[in-house]
Amino acid sequence: MLTVILACAAALLALAAFAVVIVRYAAATPIIYGMTMIVTAISLAAAATPLFGAEPAAMRTLPLGLPWLGAHFRLDALSAFFLVVVDLGALCASLFALGYGTHEQAPQRVLPFYPAFLAGMTLVVIADDAFAFLFSWEFMSLSSWALVMAHHREPGNARAGYVYLTMASFGTLLLLLAFGLLAGPGGHYSFEQMRAAHPSAALGALALVLSLIGAGSKAGVVPLHVWLPLAHPAAPSHVSALMSGVMTKVAVYGFIRIAFELAGAPAWWWSMLVLALGGVTAVMGVLYALMQHDLKRLLAYHTVENIGIIFIGLGLALAFKTYAMPFAAALAFTAALLHVFNHSLFKSLLFFGAGAVLTATGERDMERLGGLIHRMPQTAFLVLVGCAAISALPPLNGFVSEWLTFQAILLSPQLPTWGLKLLVPAIGAMLALSAALAAACFVKAYGVTFLGRPRTGAAEAAKETDRFSLVAMIALSAFCLIVGIVPGVFIDALAPVSSSLIGAHMPPQIGAQWLSIVPIAASRSSYDGLLVFLFMVISGALAATAIHRLASDRLRRAPAWDCGYPDLSPVTQYTAASFAQPIRRVFGSLVFRAREYGEMPPPGDVRPASLKVEISDLIWDAVYAPIASGIGVAADRLNRLQFLTIRQFLSLVFGALVILLLVLAIWS
Amino acid sequence: MVLIRDFAVQGAQMLLVLTLAPLFTAYVRKVKARLLRRRGPSLIQPYRDLARLMRKEVVLAESASWLFRVCPYLIFAATWVAASLVPTFRTGLLFSWSADLIAIIALLGSARFFLALAGLDVGTSFGGIGSSREVMIASLAEPAMLMIVFTLALIAGSTQLSTIAAFMTSAEAGLRVSLALGLVGLIMVAIAENGRIPIDNPATHLELTMVHEAMVLEYSGRHLALIELSASLKLILYVSLLACLFLPWGIESAGASPPTLVIGLVAYLGKLALGGFLLALFETSIAKMRVFRVPEFLGAALMLGLLATLLRFVSASF
Repeated sequence: MLTVILACAAALLALAAFAVVIVRYAAATPIIYGMTMIVTAISLAAAATPLFGAEPAAMRTLPLGLPWLGAHFRLDALSAFFLVVVDLGALCASLFALGYGTHEQAPQRVLPFYPAFLAGMTLVVIADDAFAFLFSWEFMSLSSWALVMAHHREPGNARAGYVYLTMASFGTLLLLLAFGLLAGPGGHYSFEQMRAAHPSAALGALALVLSLIGAGSKAGVVPLHVWLPLAHPAAPSHVSALMSGVMTKVAVYGFIRIAFELAGAPAWWWSMLVLALGGVTAVMGVLYALMQHDLKRLLAYHTVENIGIIFIGLGLALAFKTYAMPFAAALAFTAALLHVFNHSLFKSLLFFGAGAVLTATGERDMERLGGLIHRMPQTAFLVLVGCAAISALPPLNGFVSEWLTFQAILLSPQLPTWGLKLLVPAIGAMLALSAALAAACFVKAYGVTFLGRPRTGAAEAAKETDRFSLVAMIALSAFCLIVGIVPGVFIDALAPVSSSLIGAHMPPQIGAQWLSIVPIAASRSSYDGLLVFLFMVISGALAATAIHRLASDRLRRAPAWDCGYPDLSPVTQYTAASFAQPIRRVFGSLVFRAREYGEMPPPGDVRPASLKVEISDLIWDAVYAPIASGIGVAADRLNRLQFLTIRQFLSLVFGALVILLLVLAIWS
Repeated sequence: MVLIRDFAVQGAQMLLVLTLAPLFTAYVRKVKARLLRRRGPSLIQPYRDLARLMRKEVVLAESASWLFRVCPYLIFAATWVAASLVPTFRTGLLFSWSADLIAIIALLGSARFFLALAGLDVGTSFGGIGSSREVMIASLAEPAMLMIVFTLALIAGSTQLSTIAAFMTSAEAGLRVSLALGLVGLIMVAIAENGRIPIDNPATHLELTMVHEAMVLEYSGRHLALIELSASLKLILYVSLLACLFLPWGIESAGASPPTLVIGLVAYLGKLALGGFLLALFETSIAKMRVFRVPEFLGAALMLGLLATLLRFVSASF
């Protein structure tokens, strides 16, 4: 299977080169996306087999990279699971792009980098030595950076690319240090040797912190998330879907690989660090998302929230693992992985929806949309499924993984330390808060974009999107429903992953009655998505038939009632900003230092009233702005060094030499 | 045989909540009217209203979409499924394992999600104001409710409502600080979720104070009937939930002989009567609060829930 996957990665790289050649022809777009579809489908089939049949990890060393090291690749259960996430996302994105890509203004900036980006992500999850991992990681970052810069002339995109590149380099640097520490002075770069090495507690801890920051910055953990809401929306929509739905998961993979496998036995504070970061990320991510009125940026910020939920699950798993509670750890770990899978499904679906809206109207700003449900009914329905799934509504898939995370939290009073006993309830409250706010966020996103009346001519003239895009969205929303109603199949498929890293797995779910899921014991908790779905369908249908048969089914169209106010201008509708105003008032004054300045002219004055809202990004102001200005000041100072006379240069060189010799003398 | 009996009990509970829901709403209104020394409408008035609304034609706004027409059925289905999973006169429901307490909260969350969307669908300012305020209230009420569920789950060792109710009837439950905090929090959440005074006024059509009524302003005919029925179902769900968690007497599942079922049924009706009376009493003795005082009210409920959970994490004896 590993051979097939390596062949697929090579085929993707070849496609990237091929795309450079044929990009001048109009047929390039369907050819490239069609080929990536075929390749990722093969890779998906190859990756899914280890999850359903218990196969030992396959390994292979290729004579590439460092001559004395070679490139090690390995396909174990964890890699296979993340490869499924990558390939499923890539398959759907390629299908979507068959339609969406034809609207691309500059295909030469997208087509070569797209297969390269996919190849990079594939190689990261199967890499089995530090060199191959970091090389593929950087390859993935750079190819996605090129995709972010595809529309570089649009305002803001250049800055997005710059911030992304800076943060990506920073993250890779920290991962490099983490692997360097784990490899030790002997230079044991292959993961096999690292696994066998059992690093000391201090070394493991340092590697964990470095990997948490390094991989966390890629995943979008607060406060390292700043690049994400800039870069993800800037890329073409199918790439945004891949970056948000899939690339962040590859970063989660990197963290899991180091924290659960390479860094050795966890210390007591590891889980607390991960949990606290996860909780803050979840709440801050959704609050940021609520304040946005750019559809794609809202979705990108919401990715931050979901990464927070995943890290909460991983933190719980680490905590249970530390205190030798393998079954609870398996539950929390499975919940996190299931959320990884679920999020890749509905986030891709929603970004596809945003892409369809962007194609149909040319707008990303929700304040200039509205009423699209009338003009794009199929897209509207599919996006509604995505919104309900991401808001964790039963019987869809988002609810299942959040439910499992809640069940894991309910097992944590058995943890022995006080720190965790006090922290976990607070994390539970943050998780509950972020789940409730997520629903508010998607009522806003969907309601303002698709419902109501069109706010501009562009929204009024929208047309339903093409068939390829619709099929991609139908596939993803079908997956959302299937994972929601038969979660047992997917939980069972995760069993090998959790066995390999935790040493235990959740009890098999397939045998449970009526396909329900029972994480611990039937008396304790169970959930049956299928029955809930059937009950809802039956009672809804029953009500509809009973009423239409026995009572009235007459219907008359009339102007909206609106308490008798005849003003039907679409401007009177609630906007994204006004919808979020109560929540901004409750949470924003603390989190964003939001201030409102209202100016109401006195009676008789004909000036219009005005309302100004100021929102400041505290994290940017507190962390990034000082760093940026510090670098600016330092660069200004150092700039003088460029304008020295030859004498001064020579004395500078001499001084440096003396200092270095002194250091050497003192060192030895 | 056991399966058939369980099926019958489950079906009876589903029909019972559905038929009792309008009556309970009428009962609360009646008590409220009597407390205000009015005579009040008859107890069967909501049934008459529902029948009248069902017979009428729907006047649909021109800008309404298909979602607006589907929402009432979705809301009704989600609320009814949630309500039928709460034990009323007998625990050990046939399908109680299909959704635990967290799933019941989430089902109510689904109903609210679609109701808020319906409020935005026609594109009027009142619909928007209602939806916007509803999600603000829900964003605090839902976590508060979940924290209370955590407390109960940690005490009973299960999130399964039937198991929790059975545990509450046992001697192990006893008097606990966390239970008291949970009770107060749950009552506050129930008041907010059902849009009762002091959060929202179900009887008002004064634009600036309404939340629920603003969202459903554009509904008419059979759609409005379903929405009203769902609101009644939600109210009776919360009262049943409070009754089965904190007044669990008479709903033991052991021995499903006719006498115990009758006792359970009578006890349930008595609990509803008590709950409705207390609700009406509370509503007549307090004034509605400003919308932006609501976060403080619900923040207090959230803190109570968090405190109760924290106590359970700290020690199993609280």
